[in-house]
Formats: sequence, structure tokens, C-alpha cells
Amino acid sequence: MKLEGKVPPGSLGEKWTKFKSTVPLVAPNNKRRIEIIVVGTGLAGASAAATLGELGYNVKCFTFHDSPRRAHSIAAQGGINAAKNYQNDGDSVYRLFYDTIKGGDYRSREGNVHRLAEVSRNIIDQAVAQGVPFARDYGGLLDNRSFGGVQVSRTFYARGQTGQQLLIGAYQALSRQIALGSVQMYNRHEMLDIVKVDGKARGIIARNLLTGEIERYAAHCVVLATGGYGNVFYLSTNAMNCNVSAAWRAVRRGALMANPCFTQIHPTCIPVSGDYQSKLTLMSESLRNDGRVWVPKKLEDAKAIREGKKTGLDIAEEDRDYYLERRYPAFGNLVPRDVASRAAKVACDEGLGVSPTGLAVFLDFAAAVQRYGKSAANVQGIHNPDAATITRLGEKVVEEKYGNLFEMYEKITGENPYKMPMKIYPAVHYTMGGLWVDYNLETNVPGLFALGEANFSDHGANRLGASALMQGLADGYFVIPYTIGTFLSNDIRTPNFDPDGEAFMEAEKAVKDRIEQVLSVKGSQSVESFHRRLGKIMWDYCGMSRNADGLRSARQMVVELRKEFYQDVFVPGSNDEYNPELEKALRVADFMEMGEVMILDALNREESCGGHFREEYQTEEGEALRRDDEFAYVAAWAYTGWDEEPVLHKEELMFENVELKTRSYK
Amino acid sequence: MKLTLKVWRQASANKKGSFSTYQLDDVSEHMSFLEMLDVLNEQLIAKKEMPISFDHDCREGICGACSMVINGQPHGPMGGTTTCQLHMRHFKNGDTIVIEPFRAKAFPVVRDLVVDRSAFDRIIQVGGFVSVNTGQAQDANAIPVEKDVASQAFDAATCIGCGACVAACPNASAMLFTSAKVSHLGILPQGKVESTRRVQAMVKQMDEEGFGNCSNVTACEAECPKGISVENIARMNRAYIGSVLGSETSVS
Repeated sequence: MKLEGKVPPGSLGEKWTKFKSTVPLVAPNNKRRIEIIVVGTGLAGASAAATLGELGYNVKCFTFHDSPRRAHSIAAQGGINAAKNYQNDGDSVYRLFYDTIKGGDYRSREGNVHRLAEVSRNIIDQAVAQGVPFARDYGGLLDNRSFGGVQVSRTFYARGQTGQQLLIGAYQALSRQIALGSVQMYNRHEMLDIVKVDGKARGIIARNLLTGEIERYAAHCVVLATGGYGNVFYLSTNAMNCNVSAAWRAVRRGALMANPCFTQIHPTCIPVSGDYQSKLTLMSESLRNDGRVWVPKKLEDAKAIREGKKTGLDIAEEDRDYYLERRYPAFGNLVPRDVASRAAKVACDEGLGVSPTGLAVFLDFAAAVQRYGKSAANVQGIHNPDAATITRLGEKVVEEKYGNLFEMYEKITGENPYKMPMKIYPAVHYTMGGLWVDYNLETNVPGLFALGEANFSDHGANRLGASALMQGLADGYFVIPYTIGTFLSNDIRTPNFDPDGEAFMEAEKAVKDRIEQVLSVKGSQSVESFHRRLGKIMWDYCGMSRNADGLRSARQMVVELRKEFYQDVFVPGSNDEYNPELEKALRVADFMEMGEVMILDALNREESCGGHFREEYQTEEGEALRRDDEFAYVAAWAYTGWDEEPVLHKEELMFENVELKTRSYK
Repeated sequence: MKLTLKVWRQASANKKGSFSTYQLDDVSEHMSFLEMLDVLNEQLIAKKEMPISFDHDCREGICGACSMVINGQPHGPMGGTTTCQLHMRHFKNGDTIVIEPFRAKAFPVVRDLVVDRSAFDRIIQVGGFVSVNTGQAQDANAIPVEKDVASQAFDAATCIGCGACVAACPNASAMLFTSAKVSHLGILPQGKVESTRRVQAMVKQMDEEGFGNCSNVTACEAECPKGISVENIARMNRAYIGSVLGSETSVS
């Protein structure tokens, strides 16, 4: 199969403008006749459904949540990037483009990323017009902060709840369209299959989660905005119900899964505390603006801290290793996520970890408190302030900036981060891989589109902080409304599809059979226990660092686990009722197939880049060793079933504007 | 620690519900409340029983999915905390904990602790937005907004739509939820244009959904995990009266 990115010709800065001016349109009278299915109501899905509804299409929108407002975009904390250059600090569309390409370790498409940087500015305008209450300074204008991997301040934020505010904005826009009748909303409906008619995506099969009824929905095309697959690892910062099933069902119907081994491990999460742990909680990257990461220099100090005989406060300044500042002086604590995570792992592997499990490093705000305290005292005209005053004033500034994060940390750990340095450790957070899409965000299945985290397109091998919100909203508000015309303009005379047609009935039967299959095993182990075991295999062998032997044995383990699942899983209840265990069983079954493809992809990619670190490929200093000659391509996998080996298709990446360099943050 | 749990079990909206009692040994103080229920559910599944259904998702206190009344308080004993962020270190060995769904006429029970809160969505749909289509926006810095005003709007906008305010209110009123949205949008210059229409439409829908009236008990504010202030209710009342008596706008 030849994969065509379909990036329009022309110079980088003109591609999108020209595309928009020449893309085939669907006239308003025809839009009224066309139906679109949008699955998912996070930033990408809600913004797409709302905007397509505004344009006059008939939209059917699906979410498994009880309300569209609960999608996991809501939990994004730190902010959203945009090349506004409001700070006059040298930012530009090109610089955002360049930072994103470099941050992604040169594994994304130039054309897509430049478009993302261009529309980033419109997103902020749109959000403000919707009433999103971004942080402002005293002049009433918008404030910015810095995120990892960049040297400008281009991140817009709403305290530590930026995702919530942006999602509520999109949800409100969606709600308006629901009221106007242009969007029909299906809450508590989970997509379980894609329906293809003559090779094109023309509908979905969904389960009504309240009644268990299997329902058929037809449309002219299908848009998936169903998020990432981080929960393959069981423990992640994703919400409990995040899953890969919608995307995976698309793969089983012929779509390709691209770069599945590119998973992002976020450096600053609250460490695991016990076996019962159900999920991990992120502490926003914005904290690295002011927090300093360190471990003790001496092994005996680290041991004493682990045993509870000492705390971080007992370690003298000269006995601390601020390892990010030492190793990466140019970016210091604000190196990109993959670099920061690996450095934390290296420190803990050397025995310098500071929690009872040995898997934690400190994130310390003492220096920031002092700095802000002195500045605040100065502003208030207090000369020669005493230490207590400085600390009090400094803590107040820190609270204004990060109050809700500190509160959350204290709720979970029971420790006060104003007094004691935070303990943090990397955790699975985001997946750069996803459904393969071209410039139009269309998969290789015609009429099937993928937006947001569900596609692979913009972040390469590593996503920069505050770029997920940007990409989700760019795709939904500003890209798909144009690019969907390339497909739909050929369909203006196509009558509505009949959901009772043959393809729909066949897909419905396949779904019912699958449900019957998991219900009828009636074994002895819970779905949760399988998910936990899968997560452990994936984390141990396909997590922060990977090697060929480990990956080979992991694949075997996942295959065995999958067999065991279908022989011994126990799913209580029936299909004809509200049954969250059944929902989970279907999702875990898909995770186990997805996990295998992630491992295969990690095995195939014999280089280290971004979030993918192969132990065999590193420099003498332990930095990632990329191999552009052989691996500057997108790896897109076809998976048809257990009996056939997944097939790799390659899309070569062309770099016409950016020179491929070793990524350095030193 | 050892705990006794009395949990509301109800197979579906139309079936009769009742409390079931469960014993749990070996609960760690580091567990979250929902992780404690996960452990119980695993034990029920091992006995081939139906696990307890409860809504939950992000487990970070922001999605608003989790919704249960713990010992008579929505989201349990800790102020400013959702159930998912409540940790077992706030309970003692030997405690008996009573767990019920959010109860209100407008929130029918789906199963066990799961209720239907779609009434909230419908309140937003009638006016909880700014009518601006994608692409119509001017530059984001074109209208300066005073820092404190933006901050006030933000405080109202932090509502997570969980419904604890309704569950806490003896009248099952949704005034805190509705007024938070009316305030958030009404305070900002971008939302002011539609504010008279918005407040009438949202109040009307709120009444039609079967929520009760506000009698200034202020339990909603006390139980709100995000600390939304009842000042918003006062602001909505002012806006409503101003809109009905002081403008020609009328939503019928």
C-alpha cells in the first residue's frame, strides 16, 4: 500500500492558505442533506461537532460519558501554546513550528505541523470570544508562561485548569448546536464498530450503555476523536475509562495504526503508593517553571530518606544533585518531557530515588519561594525583610500560581508541598502514535477521519507540553471543517444511507458475537486483573526504555495473556443492562491486541527517538541515538486478526525546510 | 483498617432499592475512596456477584463524574474535595460508612450509585454559551478584561457539574449550578451581550427540570467540591429581576 501524506505543494508558509482557497466546498443547501458522525466529545470531538453543526451539516455526536463535558481533555492542567508573540520575546509561527518538529525528534510531517502553528493563533481568539477566562495581567491583557523544550513564553493558561476551561468552551459551543438541532447528541453510547459500504466509512455500531441495546447509525462519513491509548499500561494519567476501542475497531476494519510505540512518559506525576492503585495523577509541567528537580548526591542520604530517617530538608545544598540543571544547562528544568523522564529513571536506577519504593525524585520550590518572597517584599516596600516574611510572601505567590496543584498533591499524598519538596516520578501520559491520517486528517479508509490524540500526525516521537490542547482544538475548530470537504464534495448527490442495509446488519452481528464471546467464558478471573497484568508487561518491557530481547518476550507474554483472557475471564451480568464490567471487558480485549502492535513497532524501530528509547541505540553519554538514514519514516501497521502477522507500511518523511539535527538541550 | 460499608443497591430506575452491608478488612489509609470501592468490587466479582456501579472517570477531581453521598454528605466529609480525591486516611479503623447516590427528583437513579444528570446539560443548552461561531472571533487581546473580573469569572467557571449542590440542598435546587454559569458568562464582556436572554432561559429550564427553589440554606456552597460561592446565586437573582423587569427581552 502506498501511503500518501497529501501535503499540498508550495512553500511551507503558503500550503495551508492555498489549500483553503482551493479545497472543494459543499454548498449550504447540500450541507443540509449530508450527515456526519462524530465520536468523542473531548476538545477535538466537541469542537469538530460544534463547528460542523454551525456550518450546516447534520451531525450525530457520540460519547460513552453521561455528558459531553466529562471527556478527559478536562483534566489538562498547564496550558495551551499559541504563536501570538504577545510577550514580544521573539516568538513566531515558524518558531512554534520549528520547536514542535524538533521537540518531536524529527518524526512528524512538516506541512501538518506548520498548519498547526498557523491556526494556533485563531484558537486563542476563538476561546476568548467564547468566554474562556484565561489568566490576565493587571493591564487586562492575556498572560503567558513557559513550558518545556522552548525558550519563549507562549503558553496561555487558566490557573491549573486550562483543559477544563477550554473543554467547557467547546462543550458550550456544542450545547448551542444541540439546542439548534444541528447536532444530535448521544450520551452513554459507546462505539463498538465502524461500518464500511463499498470501502468507505458510512456508519457505526454503538451500544446504548444504559440498556445494552446494540444500535446502528448511518452517515456520509465518520470522524473519530476518541483520544489515546495510554491505558494500555493500566496505570497512567488517563481517566479510568479512556480506551483505544474506537480506534482499534477502525484498525480491524482496515485503518492503519501509526507509530504506536511513541508513547509519552510524563516526568512529573505523583509516585505509585500501593498495589491497589487505580490511576496516576499528573503534576503539571508548568511546575517546572519554578520547581527544581533533584536527588541526593550520596547513596546513603537517599537510603536514609527512603527509610524515613531523613527528609529532603535534611540534605544540605552541596549534597544535592540538581541533575537537569547540571546535564542540560541551556534548558535546565525545562527540558522536554522525554529527556526529563529518562533522567529521573537514570537517577533512580542508580539508587538515588527518594520514596519507599525507590521510584521518586524531588521537585523543590524552596528557591522559588525565596525569590518571589524577596520580590513581593520589595513591591510592598518592606526593606530588610526577615526570613519568615520572605517565606510567607513567597508562598503566597506560589499559591496564586499553582494553588490547586499543591492542594491536589496534599490531598493525595498527605504531605504539604509548601514545606516539604514534592516527590514525583514519570508516568504514562499521552500517546503520540495513533490512527494514520493524511494532511486532510483522513485515514486510509475513505470517509474515516481521526482528530486529536486519536491520530498520529503532529507530535512526532515526543509531544511538547501545552501542545495537546492546541492540536485537539486546531483539528476540530480549524482543520476538519475545511478538509472534510475533500471527501464530502463528491457525496453531495449521495442519498442518506440505510442503517438496515446489509453492511450494517453484518457489523451489528459481529458486535453481538463479540459481546456473547466475552460473556460466555464465565471463567474465574476479573477483567481488572487481566488489565493490570497487561499493564505490567507493557510498562516493564515497552515503557521508558526498551530492548529487543525484552520486547520479544513481552510479545509472547501478551499473546499468552490474550489466550488466557478468552479462556478464563469472568464478566458478571448480561448485555441487556447497565453493565460497566462488560464495557471494560471489551476495552481490555482491544488493549491486548493494541499492546502487541506497540511492542512490534518498538521492536521494528531500531533507533532511539523522543519517547522511544532503545537501549541498544544510545550515545556514550546515554542520550538517544536517532538513525535518520533508516528510520525517518512513519510506521503504519495493518492488523487483520490473530492468525496473520501485522503488516508494516511506511510513509517516508520529507524534510524540505528543517535540517535534521541531533536534538540538544545542553 | 477494617470498615463496615452500607451501600445503596438498586438494579435499575424502576426497581426498588435498599442498603446492603459489606465488611472490608485491610483497607490502606493511602487508598482513595474509589480505590477502596474497587477493592470491594473485586471481591464481589470473585464471588460472582454484580459489583457496585458508580460513575467515575478522571479520578483527579475535575471531570465531575463521581457522585455519591458519604455519611450524609455529598462527596464525603472533606471540604473542597470530590469523592475520587477523598482518601481513606480521613477514616478510622472500625468505622461504618453509609454510601448513597445523589438524590433528587431531577436526577433519577440509573443503577446503584449512578444517577442521570442530563438535566444539567439541558440547562446549559438553552443559554449557557456565547453565540459565536468558529472563525468569527476578533484578536484575543482586543478587549482588555480587568484581572480581578477575569478571576471572578474564572471562580464561577470552575464548576465541574457534579451535582453535589443539588444533592446537598433540602429542596434539591440547582441554583448554584445555574448561577455559576450565569455569572461566569455574565461577568465577562464577551458574554454580556446575551445576558438578559440567558438568565431567563436558564432559570426557566431549571424550573422545568423539576429542581426545587432556593431558600438560602447555603448547604450547596458548603458541599461544593470547587468552593463555588452562593454570591453567584445573589448575582443571578439580581440579573433575573433586572432582566424580567428592566429589559424588553422575554423568553417564553
